[in-house]
Amino acid sequence: MNDPVAEKIAERKIAVHCEGVTKSFGVGNSAVHALLGIDLEVRTGELLMLVGPSGCGKTTLISVIAGVLRRDGGECTIFDQDYNRMNGDEMTSFRGANVGFVFQAFNLIPSLTTAENVATPLIINGMKPKPAVAKAREMLAQVGFDERMMGCFPTELSGGQQQRVAIARALIHSPRFIVCDEPTSALDGETGLKVMELLRKMGCVENRALLVVTHDSRIYKFADRIAAMEDGRITEIVDSSSKLKALSKQTI
Amino acid sequence: MLFGDRAKFIGIVIGLTFASLLITQQAAIFAGLMTRTFSFLLDVGLPEIWVVDPRVKYIDDIKPMDDNAFLRVRGVEGVQWAVPLYKGTLAVRTKDGTYQSCSIVGLDDETLMGGPRTMVSGDLSYLRRSGAVIVDQTGAGGKLAHLLPDGKSIPLKIGSEIEINDIEAVVVGICKVSATFQNIPVIYMTYSSATLFTPGQRQLLSFVCVKGKLGQDLHALCQRIELSTGLRAYTANEFKVLTFLYYLKYTGIPINFLTAVALGFLVGIAISGQTFYNFTLDNLRYFGTLKAMGASNNMLLRMILLQALVVAGIGYGLGVGTATAWGMYMGSHTQLSFRLPWHLLVFSALSVLVICFTSAALSIRKVMKLEPAVVFRS
Repeated sequence: MNDPVAEKIAERKIAVHCEGVTKSFGVGNSAVHALLGIDLEVRTGELLMLVGPSGCGKTTLISVIAGVLRRDGGECTIFDQDYNRMNGDEMTSFRGANVGFVFQAFNLIPSLTTAENVATPLIINGMKPKPAVAKAREMLAQVGFDERMMGCFPTELSGGQQQRVAIARALIHSPRFIVCDEPTSALDGETGLKVMELLRKMGCVENRALLVVTHDSRIYKFADRIAAMEDGRITEIVDSSSKLKALSKQTI
Repeated sequence: MLFGDRAKFIGIVIGLTFASLLITQQAAIFAGLMTRTFSFLLDVGLPEIWVVDPRVKYIDDIKPMDDNAFLRVRGVEGVQWAVPLYKGTLAVRTKDGTYQSCSIVGLDDETLMGGPRTMVSGDLSYLRRSGAVIVDQTGAGGKLAHLLPDGKSIPLKIGSEIEINDIEAVVVGICKVSATFQNIPVIYMTYSSATLFTPGQRQLLSFVCVKGKLGQDLHALCQRIELSTGLRAYTANEFKVLTFLYYLKYTGIPINFLTAVALGFLVGIAISGQTFYNFTLDNLRYFGTLKAMGASNNMLLRMILLQALVVAGIGYGLGVGTATAWGMYMGSHTQLSFRLPWHLLVFSALSVLVICFTSAALSIRKVMKLEPAVVFRS
């Protein structure tokens, strides 16, 4: 291991560990095998991108890792916790405390203000609405929102602003793992880069891991490593900075 | 979330308002109408026991008894007083020559017990004059008023003359009475006058009104009266219930109103249920997002129920408010029977709650079964 970035990552604690993970939908001849033995590790402080063509199993894999879908086989732990050993309530509770989500379509609740949207994870985790909204305002200030915008509804914001709100929402409860599903696909190129800069700056901290699913080759440069998927398998993991730079200029 | 979707929010509130309005309004008219069936009992007020012919099924089912029956009742142990009361329907000829059926009440000549509680003009004691009658205000100003050729009408007043069964009578007072089920004018006279005005009948006594001595067990007294006289004795409340049940059982009134109430209920469920369900379908992505972020089924359930409860409250308030305003307006301008006791408000509230929670139940089921993984599906 001569690559300094790879060496640095390897020294960090394992956040997500997948080994031989399988997942199928349906039964018998109509069964669709979405994951066919996935081996993957994500370490703290790392931003790992998951890339691949549509239908290759990316969404299924992040669903399993984020704990919104149960795997069929193999091993998968997140911070040494195995979802398949938790019941539904424990899984929900673990997810609420440890996982942050950034979605392709932002998924901000239209009837709540920006600040209320950001406060949602805190309220779900038991904080009273008033202090939660106050904390959300602090977080929104960090992502560049002024007081007026904090009271806006999502429909009054641009796509880039909405995604910044979504990032603030994903970070506010200090989760140890953040899953981003195509965070830049609904944004123009420049806004997408700004959003990734923000995500990288605020999300990538020592004790937290980021997993980003994307098709957007322009943002590969923000990754520490890139895992390429095809037909339910990881086909390649690129982890040298030189290769990443080269990949940024092409599409995997 | 629901409050943010203004169109659906308004749709659900309108559905619930309509249901609440229809349920409250129809039930209140029904209650008013049923109260009128025993309004005579309420107006007479004082007697604790009503003694009637054993074949009588309700208050307007008059089966005349022997005129001396009240004397036999007076002799029963525990009776403080017993007075005769006549009730019947006679044709009254007005000044313009038209005939109008009227409810005639003949009061005990000595005590005038059972007379109208509120006199608008004149005095109850004037009834003791020869051929004297007291007419209720609504009848005097309405069906018994003298209609002029230009369409105007002159209400009966003290001194006006009418013909009852072709015998002349003089109005000596105008009174207020509760509206009756038949909605015909009420004319008070003495019992002896009633014997003059009614066509020759062998028996005339409709009721014996009884007051028990202080501390009497009324049910025991009823039994003693029945044993001693062979007549049937009811407490005032029993007689009221008997009348109420008769109308409930033998008329189509309850079915008509129940149908309207059921219709309101079903329309409420249909509109609110569908709108609520559509709202849930439209917002599944957000419910999924909340689930993914750690919101438990229990938390989402409480969220949906709270929203259902709020729209139920608003719909109920608007519906009951509109029904009450309508009832009060119509009640003061028409002969509409409208009665809104607190029981009906509770009934209406429960109905709206059932509609709301039934509507929400479909949504709850959908959200409970929702896989949080739905958030990653495009």
